[in-house]
Amino acid sequence: MTVHSFQEHFDSLIDRELTIEPRDWMPDDYRKTLIRQISQHAHSEIVGMLPEGNWITRAPSLRRKAVLLAKIQDEAGHGLYLYSAAETLGVTRDELYDQLHSGKAKYSSIFNYPTLTWADMGAIGWLVDGAAIMNQVPLCRTSYGPYARAMVRVCKEESFHQRQGFEIMLTLSKGTEVQKKMAQDSFNRWWWPSLMMFGPPDAESPHTEQSVRWRIKRLTNDELRQKFIDVTVEQAKVLGLEMPDKDLVWNEARGHYDSGAINWDEFWNVVKGNGPCNKQRLETRKKAWEEGKWVRDAAMANAEKRKAKKEAAKAA
Amino acid sequence: MNNTNKNEWPLWEVFIRSKAGLDHKHAGSLHAADAQMAIENARDVYTRRMEGVSIWVVESKNIHASDPGESESLYDPANDKIYRHPTFYNLPDEVKYM
Repeated sequence: MTVHSFQEHFDSLIDRELTIEPRDWMPDDYRKTLIRQISQHAHSEIVGMLPEGNWITRAPSLRRKAVLLAKIQDEAGHGLYLYSAAETLGVTRDELYDQLHSGKAKYSSIFNYPTLTWADMGAIGWLVDGAAIMNQVPLCRTSYGPYARAMVRVCKEESFHQRQGFEIMLTLSKGTEVQKKMAQDSFNRWWWPSLMMFGPPDAESPHTEQSVRWRIKRLTNDELRQKFIDVTVEQAKVLGLEMPDKDLVWNEARGHYDSGAINWDEFWNVVKGNGPCNKQRLETRKKAWEEGKWVRDAAMANAEKRKAKKEAAKAA
Repeated sequence: MNNTNKNEWPLWEVFIRSKAGLDHKHAGSLHAADAQMAIENARDVYTRRMEGVSIWVVESKNIHASDPGESESLYDPANDKIYRHPTFYNLPDEVKYM
């Protein structure tokens, strides 16, 4: 086949809603876009463990602690599913880690905000995981097979994350005045960064059009953000909390809520590394990687020693 | 890309039998120093919710795969042999359970 016919074959698979698999021919930019998106997603799962890890020892009950541990363990798992999906595209795990640790690769900016109170464990589950699910459900039908299959597994596991967060918020909002205030304060702090999780507005998102064409993305940033706002308003009513947006109004003609302006300067500033916790998060990751080196080396040395012993026994 | 790092643990493919009586099915992959660690890691990564009763791990370098470019010559010859399917044969209505 010529390059031209390879491209035609690829396009026809995309048009017929068929999946692309690791050994299929694919355009270089498709491969690059996928490596960037999947690894960014994997890094977000891994870094996303850190703000929650902060509260494991301070969870208010054994039940909450067990749930939080299970959620964080899931996030490690999700990171691993995604890293191995990225590896099928020809990049190694160490290269991916290196991109994270050197700051070359990004992760979701939301994890650069601090977790100040226990209510933040509720708000993160409810809003951050809620926004992530909104993003991830359409990705179960993304065009690259290993990514889509990883997302199916992630989505199955993620829904408990959102429910446990909502349950924490519900308990607090039905609690004492102080607890309710704590829930509202946490909602106020996490709402806007959660909206930013969907990425810049479509007009300023240069990759969206190509990614939709390739079926890497199935819905645009603004479409997903709108869906998230519409469902969250109803959930906030159940909690009896106030939406942290004075300009929020129902728009009868559109059949959607209109919301206030998002502070995109803040978003870009955090992306560039100037958020409240960017430095701390990266340093924690790097420290874990460097201090774990002797364990990785020892395990490898032990495996090699055992292998050599086995072979020597066979030869004897 | 693909500059194999000497210190990186090898990659393993994980296959899981979800319940007795079913085949092992590919679940994903992971890194581990040896087979025993690969099984232990697979338990943590792929069976946190009782997804399996048995795990196979195979080092990824030992998997040999067909070439998608050859799919025509591999699978097309079966395309015109519809007589291999039971629906190819017309039976009188009186014949039941066949």
